[in-house]
Amino acid sequence: MAKLGPAGYSPYPVAMYEGVLTPPPGKALLFNEIVDEEIAMREAAKAMLTRENPTIFPGPQVLYAWNEEAKEKAKLVRKIAETLGAKIIPMYDYRPKYPKIDPEKEINPNHPNLTIWHNNIKACIFVGVHCHYANVALKIIRAETDCFTIALCGNSGHEDAMITLRDQHTEELEKFIRVAEEVKRELGK
Amino acid sequence: MQKTEQVQYNRAGQRVVSPDYLLFEAPREKQFMTGSEVVKEAVKRASVDASVSYPITPQSEAAHLIGELWVEGYVGVYFRGESEFGVMSEVAGCSMAGARTITTTSGPGTLRAMENFPMWAGSRLPIQLVLMARGVNAPLTIQPDNLEISFLLDTGCMIWHAETAQELFDMILAGFVVAEQPDVHVPIITAIDGFFISHTREAVMLPPDDIALPPYNPYKSPMVPLDMEMAPGRFLRDPYVMKSNYISYAAHTSWQFEVRAAIERSRPYAKHYLRGLIEEFGDPEADIVFVASGTAAAQAKEATLMLLHDEGIKARVVRIKTIRPFPTQELIEALRGAKYVFVPEFNVIGWLEREVRRALYGNLDVPVIGSPRVAGGMTMPPEFIVKEILQFLGKEVKHVV
Repeated sequence: MAKLGPAGYSPYPVAMYEGVLTPPPGKALLFNEIVDEEIAMREAAKAMLTRENPTIFPGPQVLYAWNEEAKEKAKLVRKIAETLGAKIIPMYDYRPKYPKIDPEKEINPNHPNLTIWHNNIKACIFVGVHCHYANVALKIIRAETDCFTIALCGNSGHEDAMITLRDQHTEELEKFIRVAEEVKRELGK
Repeated sequence: MQKTEQVQYNRAGQRVVSPDYLLFEAPREKQFMTGSEVVKEAVKRASVDASVSYPITPQSEAAHLIGELWVEGYVGVYFRGESEFGVMSEVAGCSMAGARTITTTSGPGTLRAMENFPMWAGSRLPIQLVLMARGVNAPLTIQPDNLEISFLLDTGCMIWHAETAQELFDMILAGFVVAEQPDVHVPIITAIDGFFISHTREAVMLPPDDIALPPYNPYKSPMVPLDMEMAPGRFLRDPYVMKSNYISYAAHTSWQFEVRAAIERSRPYAKHYLRGLIEEFGDPEADIVFVASGTAAAQAKEATLMLLHDEGIKARVVRIKTIRPFPTQELIEALRGAKYVFVPEFNVIGWLEREVRRALYGNLDVPVIGSPRVAGGMTMPPEFIVKEILQFLGKEVKHVV
């Protein structure tokens, strides 16, 4: 990710076309810079603690008890929300919604801007969202909003987020909570 | 304490090994095979779950040999589709259901099935299509010609172009591995020039057939299987995606860009498993350069040797292995210092010449000559290439045809 949105539609914001690649294993991406994981975690916590209406968008991979790791991660996501004082708006599945999407209660990957506009969200975390939908939603968010996006990804990360942390499993999420608590103390919050 | 290693077996009872071991480390034995037979050997070692076939020359034999693998228990599901359109739709269903899927087609079959290829890509299905290219024009020809590849360039599928049966074998195995990476996860088309590769016999080095790729894990898919409950996918039934003229544009734009971004993400994986996106052949100092892919590259290599030995002219070949993603940076670097770039091709339109021109535009100022070019079943003997070069350079054409 090169810049904070709204980037507009032409050219459509696609980090890969701006030469931004996902970070190598063990590293993170902060805008278009490859940095140590801890630096990215600190900046992510700072964005969530200082921008308006911070919100976590948890996806199916942490909302349903697929396996033990999913259950553990769900508890940790809740703890992250408490630490950062963030709201939780789920992306609980990717199915069509009838008769309409309620943007206050859920976020739809094809129209994430509706939820962000409606709730005036200036910083958010994607966690447990399947990669395709995270990538689609993150591009739309950067096109249409000024929301600061953070991805906590279990795979190789999302270059369209402003901060992307890859290979985030229970141990890494616990580390993020520790870093967030530290940043919170430093900010006097 | 001694560490115990867990040995895993696939449905056929083959030992599961890492892709790196299968492709680079396992001992190999020499065989003498056609390209079609090599497809069978690759599929045999690829832990394939499903394959659907439909006969069309020149891929019919490869499709039938995959059927033999089903009889032998190496492939989970195998059947004949109603047409190529049916086949490409049915393999989509198999892949949506979480199966590692492969099929083969050629020429008019590719065009008949065309609507499905962007659908595969948009649905993020890592299906492998082995494309044995042939002519697609009227009057009907079954002869070698790779015009059909140009129609596939912007479907959202990765496209690799093999030069030899050996490379086809390795690309089929590597193709699954790269296409199934969670951050890539788009279809892979492994193309060859029909007849030249499918029907001719050459030496190939094969690893043992009691080892195979790890099975596909659909739970790593970037698009969750629950989204695929209703063919062609629940996501297509979202009224906010399909119907609204006011809010659907962003979804469609982002979705299409994401598919193409996924192809770009395949670069590092392809670079590793294919040992680079290009191959350089000949004298690195030579300022006459052939940029080619597939069989045209093989012919250009022979022409390069003839030019050196018979005429004392130094030339080199930059062979493009991956058409999508296109190796733009690698090509620019490889062509620094070139005086003339020739693009020999087996089609009338020169789709590779277009790609080369686009990659070089604004990056490197070198004349690109779309020649020699043959089509409709013509062969491209190296003497023919040599003649073109000699004529271009204003030299005397002596012994060549």
